[in-house]
Amino acid sequence: MSDAHDWPLYEIFIRARGGLDHKHVGSVHAVDATMAVEHARDVYTRRQEGVSIWVVRSGDIVASDPAESDSLFEPARDKIYRHPTFYDIPKEVETL
Amino acid sequence: MYTQGLLEQGSKTVTVAAVEDAERLQRFEAKIDAEEKIEPKDWMPDAYRQTLIRQISQHAHSEIVGMLPEGNWITRAPTLLRKSILIAKVQDEGGHGAYLYSAAETLGISRAEMIDQLLAGKAKYSSIFNYPTLSWADIGAIGWLVDGAAIMNQIPLCRCSYGPYARAMIRICKEESFHQRQGYDIMLKLARGTVGQRRMAQDALDRWWWPSLMMFGPPDGASQHTALSVRWKIKRFTNDELRQKFVDFTVPQAKFLDISVPDPDMRWDEAAGQHRFGEINWAEFHEVLKGNGPCNRERLTARRNAHDAGRWVREAAAAYAAKHTARSVAAA
Repeated sequence: MSDAHDWPLYEIFIRARGGLDHKHVGSVHAVDATMAVEHARDVYTRRQEGVSIWVVRSGDIVASDPAESDSLFEPARDKIYRHPTFYDIPKEVETL
Repeated sequence: MYTQGLLEQGSKTVTVAAVEDAERLQRFEAKIDAEEKIEPKDWMPDAYRQTLIRQISQHAHSEIVGMLPEGNWITRAPTLLRKSILIAKVQDEGGHGAYLYSAAETLGISRAEMIDQLLAGKAKYSSIFNYPTLSWADIGAIGWLVDGAAIMNQIPLCRCSYGPYARAMIRICKEESFHQRQGYDIMLKLARGTVGQRRMAQDALDRWWWPSLMMFGPPDGASQHTALSVRWKIKRFTNDELRQKFVDFTVPQAKFLDISVPDPDMRWDEAAGQHRFGEINWAEFHEVLKGNGPCNRERLTARRNAHDAGRWVREAAAAYAAKHTARSVAAA
């Protein structure tokens, strides 16, 4: 009964309208990228949710490891001076 | 170990066995308590993973099997507009199945394995889809009641602790509202129609009411999955809480249609501020789950036939892709 294996998995990114970034919306199985775009059209844009589709083989995505997120992101934690609110500017000084 | 305690049929006690890494479990639960989402690559207890795989795949199967009773009326819809609407709705159900299979796959089960489980009759899907659609009014009743019950179940799932499931549910809930409203719209037209049409609307409510209440699952006392699912925020409300809410929402809608819910015990409890309703026939529910509902065999046969009939298409597409890959490699 089984076909034993699935077609490759593609991650789908959609631009909702001009001016916005492509955003991850989910994934589809397809034999190739052309079919992935067609499936993504049917699965993720039935209500005009997009004007552009990107498809990427899931296996080609390299991701950071959540177990290492501390060492990866911790260095940014104590650098509050990167934010504008860190600085006290006298009220008299305008447009700064 | 978790899985066994949680999933073993008939086991009343949920044994949360000692995990090797109690610290990781603690961090996992702290995250859930803080309303943070769990994402695919995060560590999670096996029981959490297995519960989600079971729930999401059953949910996906329900969407796919759910296309059958409604598909039955596509060629016989009364107008071209109704036909277009019904095709769009059935296509949405297929889309919902696709979103959910994708979400389940992030937990490490393959799509092929889930489909195999369904076709082998090993996986469950919602009991409601094992009832037949005998008249056009049934399409109205399904949209109004079945999709209505589904929305009741699904809105809290948009806040489920597992990120991919929650995101799929947000997408689904946006689309379900159309399903429910087009169903009620069909019921309205019938209710305002001829004597025969009103009779059709009542007959559909008579047949779909109780199975719709069963959609929320066994009563809380008998549900073996509820406690841990609530603690881990896979579920936000119990079966009985959601069922009660559905009844309170739906009874006034039936009244507006001037048709009556087939329950002689239904009454408004002023003090409690909610409806009291009669005993659900749980024996029927369990029979349908076991495979003995009116259409269980028909549904599975239809899915198997579709799978088998589509095999050559899948094979041809794969062969075409392989040929083009080989050509582009040769050209490079």
